[in-house]
Amino acid sequence: MASLFPKRLLGRRSKATQTERVRERRHEGFLRYANFRWAKISGGLCLLIIVSYALVDVTPRHNGGSWYGYTLGTIGAGLILWLTALGYRKRKMTSDYWSLKAWTSAHVYLGLSLIVIGTWHTGFQLGWNVHTLAWALMMLVILSGLYGVVVYSTLPAALSNNRDEMTQMQMLEAIRAFDRQLHSAAQPLTPEDTAPVLAALDEDPFAGGIGARLSGRYPRCATAAALRTLGMSRSSDAEARDKVIGLLSQKEAALARLRQHLKIRALLEIWLYVHVPLTFALIAALSAHIISVFFYW
Amino acid sequence: MSETVKVAIIGSGPAGLSAASRAGQLGMSHVLLEKTDHLSDTIYKYQKGKRVLATPDRLDLRSDCRFAEGAREYILANWDEDAAKNKVNVVKEAEVTEVTGQQGAFEIKTTKGAFKAENIVLAIGTQGNPNRMRCPGNDLPHIIYTVDDPEDFKDKHITVVGSGDAGIENALGVAEEALENTVTILNRSKDFARAKAKNVSDMMEAGENGFMSIRTETQPKLVEPGWLTLETPTGDEKIQCDVIVARLGSVAPRGFVESMGIEFTGPDREAFPKLSPTFESTVPGIFVIGALAGYPLIKHCMNQGYDVVEFINGNKTLTPADEKDLAAIFAGLPQQRSVTEWLDFLRERVRIFADVSPLQMREFMLDSKVAFYRKGEVVFEKDEPGSSLFAIADGSAVVDIGGGVTVPIEQGSIFGEVGLISGRKRGATIRAGEDSIFVEVSRTAALKLMAAVPGAKRVINRISLERQLLQIFKGGLTVEDLQPIVEDPAIERVPAGKVVLAEGDEGDDVYVIRSGSMVVEKDIGGKPIFLRYLPAGSFFGEMAVLSGEKRNATVKAAVASEVIRLKGQQFKEMLAKRPQVRIATEAAVAERAAINNFIESRKASYSSAVDLYSDTAGFIMKEGLGEATDALLIDENLCVGCDNCEKACADSHEGLSRLDREAGKTFAHLHVPTSCRHCEHPHCMADCPPNVIHRGPDGEVFMEPGCIGCGNCMRNCPYGVIRMEAAPPEKPSLLRWLLTGFGPGPGEPSPKWTKKKLGEEKPKKIAVKCDMCKGIAGGPACVRACPTGAAIRVSPEEFLSIARLQEDAG
Ligand SMILES: Cc1cc2nc3c(=O)[nH]c(=O)nc-3n(C[C@H](O)[C@H](O)[C@H](O)COP(=O)(O)OP(=O)(O)OC[C@H]3O[C@@H](n4cnc5c(N)ncnc54)[C@H](O)[C@@H]3O)c2cc1C
Ligand code: HEM
Ligand code: SF4
Ligand code: SF4
Ligand code: SF4
Repeated sequence: MASLFPKRLLGRRSKATQTERVRERRHEGFLRYANFRWAKISGGLCLLIIVSYALVDVTPRHNGGSWYGYTLGTIGAGLILWLTALGYRKRKMTSDYWSLKAWTSAHVYLGLSLIVIGTWHTGFQLGWNVHTLAWALMMLVILSGLYGVVVYSTLPAALSNNRDEMTQMQMLEAIRAFDRQLHSAAQPLTPEDTAPVLAALDEDPFAGGIGARLSGRYPRCATAAALRTLGMSRSSDAEARDKVIGLLSQKEAALARLRQHLKIRALLEIWLYVHVPLTFALIAALSAHIISVFFYW
Repeated sequence: MSETVKVAIIGSGPAGLSAASRAGQLGMSHVLLEKTDHLSDTIYKYQKGKRVLATPDRLDLRSDCRFAEGAREYILANWDEDAAKNKVNVVKEAEVTEVTGQQGAFEIKTTKGAFKAENIVLAIGTQGNPNRMRCPGNDLPHIIYTVDDPEDFKDKHITVVGSGDAGIENALGVAEEALENTVTILNRSKDFARAKAKNVSDMMEAGENGFMSIRTETQPKLVEPGWLTLETPTGDEKIQCDVIVARLGSVAPRGFVESMGIEFTGPDREAFPKLSPTFESTVPGIFVIGALAGYPLIKHCMNQGYDVVEFINGNKTLTPADEKDLAAIFAGLPQQRSVTEWLDFLRERVRIFADVSPLQMREFMLDSKVAFYRKGEVVFEKDEPGSSLFAIADGSAVVDIGGGVTVPIEQGSIFGEVGLISGRKRGATIRAGEDSIFVEVSRTAALKLMAAVPGAKRVINRISLERQLLQIFKGGLTVEDLQPIVEDPAIERVPAGKVVLAEGDEGDDVYVIRSGSMVVEKDIGGKPIFLRYLPAGSFFGEMAVLSGEKRNATVKAAVASEVIRLKGQQFKEMLAKRPQVRIATEAAVAERAAINNFIESRKASYSSAVDLYSDTAGFIMKEGLGEATDALLIDENLCVGCDNCEKACADSHEGLSRLDREAGKTFAHLHVPTSCRHCEHPHCMADCPPNVIHRGPDGEVFMEPGCIGCGNCMRNCPYGVIRMEAAPPEKPSLLRWLLTGFGPGPGEPSPKWTKKKLGEEKPKKIAVKCDMCKGIAGGPACVRACPTGAAIRVSPEEFLSIARLQEDAG
């Protein structure tokens, strides 16, 4: 372990001052943080558990109630509480030195170690009871966390490419600008051509519900519909119609960018709406599990 | 109208009004001449409801008019009352156009007739006159010259004439979507060369989004009520127009002032009229006070108004209102002397103060500190940031230049000037050589001193050049070695992007970067490859001198810079005389050559890594980071868009985020968000009336309390990172939000919440910018709070270090 926590680093960390701050020269993601320090620690811990489980002889057999099981259980429960604390750490801007990246790194790898800690704690005795419910919830939280790590490491680049230096605000403004231009360009059109354009103008770029948001597909998109209608229409003056069609396709492209943006952002966030509520369900089940163990065993 | 008054006061701003009030109170015959139809036009033109601040706090107000922090309307109303109460004889709409005659019999020509006066107090401020439109109809009332509040215009056809920063900002203001105005901006030429890049890009964007129409090569031809005829490249065109905002620049009052025969301290923009301790200019009988005299704060203006009339009335014993502040500055010194004695002592002893007038001396001292140091006491340490200038009033200092070598600096000289020129960290540790008294002059005061007193400028430049060279050549040289160079320095200004040395050229001159920074590039396989970033204080061109060969790389300015050119021959002689310098230089050359070789050899096998490194460097320089000392860089391969960085910034400061993550340019997923770069020469510092922008101990550029909200820094920062914003009210605690969901949660509260919480109250908007989390032990909150490691704060030389390439290219 000594090499995992170099002295220099600990020393620096405790006296990070105004003149000597911890500075990084280049970007290093949370997964690689400190040369995979937490992956190594967590891996080591899992190995230790697996090996000791095989070596330690508890009678009559391994289960949560043995001294060995109690040890793992205590570690696991403590770990779960600590993992939950990430939500607080993320938002509490205290002024001392800490790095949320380091926390996330430890969270991810230690969180994964719970698979071993929790499962080996049960002694592989699973059934239809509150104890197994706690275990299952834990596994679900971990699974959702895994999904999170996958999207965190694959989607950011796509988000960046899609927005192409534009901010979300600017994307919205671009759409509004096309709307304004459409409004005046549609004046010379015949009523039957105007109606779909007006519908496109009325469309709220945020409408469409969670399904559309996540899939990025908007089958009832009024802009696309207007484009289809006008493409086939022969009723208005051709030049005026072409101008509107041009604007509609520009608006459609702008909408596509915004929708893709919202989709990626949603994918990057949606899992937290599973991860966090499940965490609270887990803590509730865990409490029930612990209380029942102590009072009714 | 021609009874001669004792004093005519021109301009009814805080300075002139206070002077006239004193004259009124003394029963002195006087007249106050004001160009507009109201008093104090500069303040009259502030934004509606603006809180006017009464800085500096420690200075007492000495005036017959009231003044304390408050809303613009309240202050103006008070002054109208005070003017009447003090029996001020004011003539409005009397613009002074010419002054002739001499003391005792001045003739003052105005748009309301002529006046005669024995003395004149000139208090016309620095706003000058706006240039007017020249086409027919230019006197119609719907032509305005400022926009107080864009909200005053709703659903109007507005044409902005003039495409400098002021015009663009006004146009953007009234083009705000919610106002539903139809905005047109006219530009006489094809491009917008006079405006800041940020403003131009904002305007172009507004144009592309249909918020305003941008008409280039177009001028107004005829103004009529409701309509404006334009002269365009394709012929005349008549557009609807309810309001014309004319922003055609203004004529600085300097020409007018000089036409009276008043001399200025120098040709620079920063120069002020030469004045005696009683504010008398070089024309006897004409006194200059207020912003025009170089005192932009209202309180100073008002005190001077009072004082100047007392002086004219023959009061010789008046001590200035700042006397007690000056006394406090000298209080800590071992000897007991009066303020005047101390000031004379300093002027006699310190070379840079020799040409300073007693009045200027008072002002510089207010921005300075004087302290007594025991022998051996450290004044500052090497690598400490700091940009103040020290002068030795008594005793001496010793510079520790490394390797146990020290160099003395004698009484009367200065030190700390390197930070002044380049804004970089201190180059060496300095101690007191004996029991000494040192004066510490703030950077702003020192720059002002240099602008106002040419003698001081020469001394500082000479000494700083000498020291910079000594520092760069690591103690191997002596002052005598540098004599020929310093006597006649070849200082060249290099605009950003200009090539100083081209690969393959002949030549053996050596260059030292005095300010700014350079990039070194080499042509490898037909493409310029970035080799190195050279910050201020580095030298280049030495390879050719040592090898006698052609230039082996191209060096060009990353930002506007200054270099000192040393003749190859001079440099060789220096090397011949000083073997130490020769060894040091050869070592530097060997190291640089090794890096060049490394890059060249990798280019063959890892060309994509080298290209990426080089292109990234190019992008970083293009974004102006060449002048940064510390910039926020986001890796968009890692950023999940959670905006926790912005939230952390807001929560670590008064609830306002000092960075805009999404805005800004991106290259190869490297994103430069809108956030302060802590420039080497901060543009924002240039023109801050209360002088509250400083460089702190970590190199951070920050604002101390006392901002008056004038917006100068925001306009001067080329990177658009300063916001004018009022701190939102206190939020409920985090725990309460987590448990009950009550309140706006982490980060900057929404404007809606703030508005609801504040109700009618209009808090004061002040400048808000990144302070690098000064005073927060953990360091930059934005970096600490990023869950994925996407955000870091670095200097360009750290970020572009060769280690980066070595890792990527194996
Ligand atoms: C937006 C903004 C905000 C500011 N906020 C603050 C603040 O909060 N606190 C603070 O202390 N300072 C502030 N300042 C600075 C301060 O307002 C000025 O420095 C101060 O008003 C200068 O006073 P003055 O009397 O020297 O000149 P001015 O106030 O400029 O007055 C000059 C007067 O002379 C008149 N005049 C000009 N030429 C002629 C002529 N030829 N004939 C007759 N009359 C003429 C003008 O019409 C004007 O009324 C701010 C400045 C700005 C621009
Ligand atoms: C039982 C175990 C776990 C618990 C109780 C838990 C709990 C939490 C909580 C409370 C948060 C805070 C969310 C927020 O406030 O935004 C969080 C975030 C997160 N968790 Fe877990 N977690 C667990 C396991 C895991 C695992 C195994 C992984 C990955 C493999 C993981 C990955 C993450 C990630 C990536 C975040 C987001 C960090 C951020 O964006 O700030 N978690 N977790
Ligand atoms: S505010 Fe602007 S000018 Fe000032 S240091 Fe920051 S980036 Fe530079
Ligand atoms: S360094 Fe601090 S003040 Fe600057 S942007 Fe980051 S959090 Fe804000
Ligand atoms: S905190 Fe990090 S990941 Fe989140 S938005 Fe900021 S830079 Fe991106």
